Amino acid sequence: MLLSLLVWAALWEAVGQAKLSSIVPPFSSVVEAAIEIAPTEKFRNAAIITLRSFALGMGLALAIGIPLGVAMARLKGVGRLLGMWVNIFVSAPISALVPILMAVVGIGETTVVVTVFLFAVFVIILDTQVGVTHADRSLVEMARSFGARRHQLYTKVLLLSALPEILAGVRLGAIRGVKGVVIGQLLVAIIGVGELFELYSNHFLMEEFWALVVVVFLFAFAVSEAIAALERRVEYYAASR
Amino acid sequence: MTGISGQRAWQLASFVFFFGLWELAGRWPVSAAFPPFSTTFLALVEMLRDGSLGKAYLITAQPLGIGIALCGAAGIGFGIGMGLSRTVEWLSLPIFIILQAAPMAAIIPLLTYMYGIGLTSKVLAVIMLAAPVIVMNSYKGIRNTPPSLLQMCRSFQGTRRQEVVKIVLPHAAALIFTGLRLGLAMGFIGIVIAELLITPTGIGDLITYNSSVADYPKMFAAIASIVAVAAISLHLLERLERRLFPRD
Amino acid sequence: MTDAIVEVKGVGKVYDNGVEALRDVNLAFPEGQLSTLLGPSGCGKTTLLKIIAGLIPHNAGEVWVKGKKVDGPGPERAFVFQDFALLPWADVLRNVAFGLELRGVPRPEREEVARKYIAEVGLKGFEHRPPNQLSGGMRQRVGLARALTVDADIILMDEPFSSVDEQTRRKFQEDLLDLLRHHQKTVIFVTHSIEEAAYLSDQIALLSPRPGTVSKIVRPAVDRSRSPDEIRRDRGYLDTVDDIWHILRQYV
Repeated sequence: MLLSLLVWAALWEAVGQAKLSSIVPPFSSVVEAAIEIAPTEKFRNAAIITLRSFALGMGLALAIGIPLGVAMARLKGVGRLLGMWVNIFVSAPISALVPILMAVVGIGETTVVVTVFLFAVFVIILDTQVGVTHADRSLVEMARSFGARRHQLYTKVLLLSALPEILAGVRLGAIRGVKGVVIGQLLVAIIGVGELFELYSNHFLMEEFWALVVVVFLFAFAVSEAIAALERRVEYYAASR
Repeated sequence: MTGISGQRAWQLASFVFFFGLWELAGRWPVSAAFPPFSTTFLALVEMLRDGSLGKAYLITAQPLGIGIALCGAAGIGFGIGMGLSRTVEWLSLPIFIILQAAPMAAIIPLLTYMYGIGLTSKVLAVIMLAAPVIVMNSYKGIRNTPPSLLQMCRSFQGTRRQEVVKIVLPHAAALIFTGLRLGLAMGFIGIVIAELLITPTGIGDLITYNSSVADYPKMFAAIASIVAVAAISLHLLERLERRLFPRD
Repeated sequence: MTDAIVEVKGVGKVYDNGVEALRDVNLAFPEGQLSTLLGPSGCGKTTLLKIIAGLIPHNAGEVWVKGKKVDGPGPERAFVFQDFALLPWADVLRNVAFGLELRGVPRPEREEVARKYIAEVGLKGFEHRPPNQLSGGMRQRVGLARALTVDADIILMDEPFSSVDEQTRRKFQEDLLDLLRHHQKTVIFVTHSIEEAAYLSDQIALLSPRPGTVSKIVRPAVDRSRSPDEIRRDRGYLDTVDDIWHILRQYV
């Protein structure tokens, strides 16, 4: 995989050196630019704001999404009342809601946090619900036959049984959350890496622009891979179901 | 006991619950910029009647339609190539794995710079967001062919060509279609961002303009309409998908 | 005849979708014996077992266990599941100790009990394996050990050998008889195998399908002091198999 990416980097370098396109600087100058901007205050502030918005939004999405997903799976009324809306919003263009947030919440970090939350939460709800609904029925019966109390049923059987699906939801939610933080910041336009993207492209700082793109893409990939690694650790028990 | 009528009743209850909550939040009010459902609904009806909504969708549909069509043709073709050829797979799979997780919207400011504020930029925005999922699904569809089916074909002395045309492609069709549907969902996200960010046109113009003159009911109506249009078209595609490719 | 430890009186069950699974079932299960519920698929034998376990509610009649009316699970009954119902994320030791874990028994104590029963069902050395590394037969031994750890008087077994291959099944049946002779348990056993019922049971209740109801009770005259291979050639055993087949064939 790494080798294949190196081939692409070499190709990028060649296109850049040949000056085929004004928006494609050589890969080496992009790396140089990345090293150059990394220690600057501007970049560090943007990174901190962006990471904070992402973390807050994701935290909120987990704290609300997982319990809501469990409730929808276990309480028939809740599931039927909310199921349709979760299904609509899981594939709806959430980006269209950002102007509402800008009008209601104001133009600032809070809007970005809520954007991240809205991007991430629905897929987390949905996957948690699927996981808990499909939790092995005979495991639930087994726990009941040994006299499990309600909270034991949740902590010792249902949540663990749904863990593979919940983690898959969290991974998809995190990927969407990264997209949300970028889109939110681009639309709000005055904060974080969104501001930097606008700034670099408006001033035609292509090296810096691409450096930022590479950094953000790698961050998204790293987040998704980290959760995927967790998923692989719990995979063995999905197989034996 | 809970038949079709029970399902309908729950659906109705679901609508009442959501719109009721919206109405209450608007009347309470959450914010001066948060109109209740009823006001928004009236604004929607008005926009439908004076034709502004229809006109906006005609404009929005162009980059979305062109983008998805181009992306569908090229993306599916490329995905199939990735599934069939080890070399293409080795070269492009890592890139697409990264692109699938990546916030492609970040590149939109560059599009504006390169291609201006016209149709091209918006089409490209749609393509950038929709392409990864379309390519990846086509690729997975090819790759998921059960080995036993391939062995069966070989045992009857089928040629590689027959293997692809008679086994692999029909088997991949369902996943490829799913990819198109998910691609359309991403396309909706892309067109909305493009129309808000690059330059307000179509539905993005309705949102931006009404927001700037503080006509919040109309702004909400425009946003609700695009969410509804996306939800309904995706739902119809999903139903078509189930019709065409019944599972089990 | 010994006293009944479990009594089912006039039990009926209609599912939510309108299917009548059981009608007016009356049965007594003698203490310390192995009783089988036998019948074709869809005769409601598993439903009846789960009603006795208190896992599904019944619409009519009563279930009495040790002189008390019950309508939920209780510590005097333990269940062995057809699909084993092992926690895939826990090793053998934790699975076997799970019943005690739910009761709040401290860890060292419950693990000591669990180790004892793991050894008894012949799984010593496998304590820290996850279930997906075990064969079907070994998994069901884990299920059996788990039921034994909670020291219930009554063990309810729902087609415990149906997902196990034939050789394993025979060996397991023999081991089961040994274990039960040892522990003085009352066992209620669901199966669709006539041979299995005749080989294992002191009492066989034949159920007729749709709605399930008791059509006959057979008490096989098999001399259990003899070796397994002798029993399988025993006149009484073979006659019982024949008799049951003649009754059941009319339902097929």
